[in-house]
Amino acid sequence: MWMYILAVTAAVLSLLVGISTGSLSIPFSSIVRILAAEWFGAALPRHIPADWVPIVMAIRLPRVVLAFLVGASLALAGAAFQGLLKNALADPYTLGVSSGASVGAVLVIFLGWQWPFFGTFTLPVVSILFGMATLAAVLAFTRAVERRMSVETIILAGIIFGAFFSAFISLMIALTGEELRQIISWLMGSVAMRGWKYSGLLLPFFLVGAAVLIANSRELNAFAFGEAAALHVGVDVTRRKVIILTAAALLTGAAVSVSGTIGFVGLVVPHMVRLVCGPNYRVLLPLSLLYGGAFLVLADVAARTIIEPRELPIGVITALIGAPLFAVLFFRKMKRKMG
Amino acid sequence: MMLEVRAVSHRYGPKQVLDRVTFAVEKGEIFGILGPNGSGKTTLIKLISKELPLASGEIVIDGRKLSALSAKQWARMAAVLPQTAEAAPGYTVRETVALGRYPHQRGFFPTWTEDDEAALRDALAAVGLTGKIDEPLERLSGGERQRAYLARALAQEPKLLLLDEPTNHMDVSGQVRLLDRLAEAAHARGLTVVAVFHDMNAASLYCDRVLVLNKGKIAALGAPADVMTPALLEEVFAAPIVRLAHPASATPMFSFMPNKKQGESPVGGLRLSFLDDAAVLTAAAPLRVLSSALIGAGFQWATHFVNRQVGLDYDCSDAEGDMRRYLEQHGFPPERTVGMMTAVDVRDAVWLQKEGEAFSVAVMATAGVGNAVDAARAWQHQPLAARPGTINMVVVIDGVLTEAAFVQAVMTATEAKAKALADCSVCDPETGTLATGTSTDSLAVAATQTGQVFAYAGTATELGRALGRLVYEATVEALGRWEKRRKRR
Repeated sequence: MWMYILAVTAAVLSLLVGISTGSLSIPFSSIVRILAAEWFGAALPRHIPADWVPIVMAIRLPRVVLAFLVGASLALAGAAFQGLLKNALADPYTLGVSSGASVGAVLVIFLGWQWPFFGTFTLPVVSILFGMATLAAVLAFTRAVERRMSVETIILAGIIFGAFFSAFISLMIALTGEELRQIISWLMGSVAMRGWKYSGLLLPFFLVGAAVLIANSRELNAFAFGEAAALHVGVDVTRRKVIILTAAALLTGAAVSVSGTIGFVGLVVPHMVRLVCGPNYRVLLPLSLLYGGAFLVLADVAARTIIEPRELPIGVITALIGAPLFAVLFFRKMKRKMG
Repeated sequence: MMLEVRAVSHRYGPKQVLDRVTFAVEKGEIFGILGPNGSGKTTLIKLISKELPLASGEIVIDGRKLSALSAKQWARMAAVLPQTAEAAPGYTVRETVALGRYPHQRGFFPTWTEDDEAALRDALAAVGLTGKIDEPLERLSGGERQRAYLARALAQEPKLLLLDEPTNHMDVSGQVRLLDRLAEAAHARGLTVVAVFHDMNAASLYCDRVLVLNKGKIAALGAPADVMTPALLEEVFAAPIVRLAHPASATPMFSFMPNKKQGESPVGGLRLSFLDDAAVLTAAAPLRVLSSALIGAGFQWATHFVNRQVGLDYDCSDAEGDMRRYLEQHGFPPERTVGMMTAVDVRDAVWLQKEGEAFSVAVMATAGVGNAVDAARAWQHQPLAARPGTINMVVVIDGVLTEAAFVQAVMTATEAKAKALADCSVCDPETGTLATGTSTDSLAVAATQTGQVFAYAGTATELGRALGRLVYEATVEALGRWEKRRKRR
């Protein structure tokens, strides 16, 4: 129980820090008052300047919420992939779905598409459509190769599709002129200047994906002992595998389509949670969700404050903070095990 | 019937691994599947456990067709203990065993019920891991981990338990503990067990019936004692196999015949030497011995025969332990030595050899008849404490003796000895009748087990006749020496 309280506290604190930090620093108490006033109609105290309200509500809140949802989605997907594929190096991008989503996004920038009605929102929509098409293709290919859909086949199929789509992206980068900067910065990932619409696009995928994965905690635990063991205790192996893969891939595709390919969160957050709380998915999934979200919110804070007023790519920051943090945890865990 | 397998065939590509295999296993039976590598035993288990799709034939578990069972339904009826389970780092014993409750849980977010907890506790108790419930799996020994997986299988509360070489990577104590627990659990719960065995001895000890597979076909099916014949096993495993009787269980035991050339070790290679208080016979190569000696009784392989002299006042209360210490002190390996005791002066030991055309026989004997007994009237005696044997004899035969020949050699030697006593007019002092021996005689019959094979050693055979004569002469001679020394005193 204490583990959940700690994680929820960390998540709430990270959100407050994310809203509070910026060129204009806003104290926590004021943030709480503003939120109370906006959501529950409480009176706004005199001492809070009125122009803080749009800064919190229209600029910072959507940004931290998006960062949180993206981080949570990637960490959940990473945890699921690592367990299902029984591969510590698996991350949300293993299956190639992110590459597919990226092709969609880069294509939109490359061709300068702006669909009527969608406007700038064309990019995430095209991206997620590409992501889902990729997932369908990978699963269909795996099934065609082998009806049982073994883990090895899935990983290989993901690598094949991923490499193919990466080549497409490189091709577009090579052919483009004007849009190079835009493409590269999208690929490195960002949650800046997105507004509520992007969170709105991600939210349904997040809710469904998270619920499906958490509902499959016991199956994921069984898969951790190998496919044969899962079968022996009565798991409908192929069906569950497709369900879990689909949920995790949708989380990934949706996250990539709204924020680009932010690395490291999905790989390392589940590992860090595992080091502290053990491998049981009933605990691992909710905690990965909370810590993944908190981690990305804080990474975003660092990305926009380190060399203010310029912003660094968030994908760079996740690795810059994440790698040393992981190294310390890993080192201490191994020492305790050996000593 | 708990399990029915009907005309099941399976092929990997062009290779036929199972060919119309049919058998049935009854409720509560421990059923073994034996066979060499590639005989199809693991494939058979994988077909029953739905790991492989069933292409031809039919499998029925407790009256229900395998194809009609969902994964969960199957797991409520049957459980599997695999050969090696993949490691899942970080999981505790509790979390591992709790997975066994999966098939009994329903709904998206099932609660852990009292039934689940009871089944888990029960399973852990059955495998003796209750104390390790919160240990991470990687901190258990290999045997304990395998028992944790057995507990997971038991937590499924199955009617049928499938095992694929469950003791493959375990040491002896781990194997025995796992199999004992398994047999106990099977008995207590009325569980049917179908197990693939690599080890013929484990199969023979624990199975009610065994199925022997060879190249995908049934080679034999029945009780281990009936079907596990050396001829069949030699054919199936393509290796020379010997079958013995287990000393404590009414089951056969098996070993290999190494294809090892033994050096020539004729009886001439024997050496008789004397210590202060013992006559020692040393062989160049181990001899197979059947004896009633104090040390190394029964069938044994031995290189030394020690006939130790003790005083008439020797305290017999721990003769065996004392003899063992004596052998160790004098540098004789107790596991390869046949040790006897006598009150007779060992310097009077008689050593006779006879070279026949096809065989040679030698006898070492010491005799004293202070406590001579007529075996037919010994019931008239007061029960006496055992005293050092006074006619000790070691018979060595150069040749291969069957077990029957060993027993006949013992009979022949004993009869010859009794006749020698009679001819020397040795009487039982209590009954006054002719004595047949003394109250604590020892006899060892040893054979080199190389060269000519002797199926029999009774008095109808040349060997038996030579043996009887030699024993007779040696006994008479030894008695004469004993008599002489007694008169001198």
